[in-house]
Amino acid sequence: MLDPRISIINERLAKIKRIIVVSSGKGGVGKSMIAATLALSLAGDGYKVGLFDLDFTGPSTHIILGVSKSVQPREEKGLVPPVVNGLEFMSLVYFVGDNPAPLRGADVSNALIELLAVTQWGALDYLIIDMPPGIGDAVLDLVRLVKQIEFLIITTPSLLAFEVIKKQMALLCELKLPIIGVVENMKMDKAQVIPQETRRLGLNYIGAVAFDQRVESSIGNPAKLLSTTLGHSMNEIKKALGGKVSCRCR
Amino acid sequence: MHEWALAEAVLASARQIAEQNQLKIVTEVTIRVGALQQVEPPILRFALSQMKEGIFKNSKFRILRAKSTLKCRICGNTWEFNHKKLDKTTSEAIHFIPEAAHSYIKCPKCSSPDFEIASGRGVWLEDIKGVQ
Repeated sequence: MLDPRISIINERLAKIKRIIVVSSGKGGVGKSMIAATLALSLAGDGYKVGLFDLDFTGPSTHIILGVSKSVQPREEKGLVPPVVNGLEFMSLVYFVGDNPAPLRGADVSNALIELLAVTQWGALDYLIIDMPPGIGDAVLDLVRLVKQIEFLIITTPSLLAFEVIKKQMALLCELKLPIIGVVENMKMDKAQVIPQETRRLGLNYIGAVAFDQRVESSIGNPAKLLSTTLGHSMNEIKKALGGKVSCRCR
Repeated sequence: MHEWALAEAVLASARQIAEQNQLKIVTEVTIRVGALQQVEPPILRFALSQMKEGIFKNSKFRILRAKSTLKCRICGNTWEFNHKKLDKTTSEAIHFIPEAAHSYIKCPKCSSPDFEIASGRGVWLEDIKGVQ
């Protein structure tokens, strides 16, 4: 018995120029906010962009984008993601609604494979993937199944976050996966610990996103989100997307 | 049609196996569809018939059904999935992503949502026959 879905995944993604995985070993660092804002910002520049929420047990990008509950994928030789705020947007929430999705590892893998196999993305310049925290099933499955992924790592200024993220980066480096760089989110001072530590690891420190109280009140309002410090910080990330991608750790 | 995407996956997968086994013609492909995903065999068969070409031009597609068994991880109860007990919206959600079942179904004995999809989840390629 063979699972046929695996064979079609890279064909489904073939028309996507770049797949950016927004990831962090630690939760609560702002992955979803950065993934959604980056996607919106790239779309605002005129790129064709998809946003794929793979945080099945804690999806939140639909809330950030203010996606209406009536929005659903269209059935056409698979599932065509609806366009929301200029983004082709896919999430498990279309199928589970507001209900909890208590999924164990094998279920996470199966749901991820199903969505990768049946989602009919159009031709995209960028697919931004919002990941669950950690280096568990979703990360390992993406690495196993998708050829052309690049990682954007998010941390906070806290060493608690960075120590976990160091483990994630060690794993990605061991697997020789491309890392665009590290973003230090919600920064409230001028401490140089994270930039120094990141560079010491041989990785690109993209920059800091200063803590901005307006971010919380811009949830559900993409235009307002893009006007926050977080929105303006996307310029540095977009610049890094155009730069050399590191896959070496010291 | 969601079945169309699954049919494409079946053919891509069968093509890989045929190449690995140096089959020049595929005579028969056996597919098993689990009850949980509620794939309609006539729709899947139609999609396959519309897409078959090259080594699959004269292939016969056998589509077999499998019951879906769910097993509670808390109390050990095992039960059979029955989509007729669900409303249309829930049924459709599970059709698209079978793991959505965890958001809607609970163990009939202890009400836990922590169950294993023990069998009959989705579409599987069971056998392929051909000529080298």
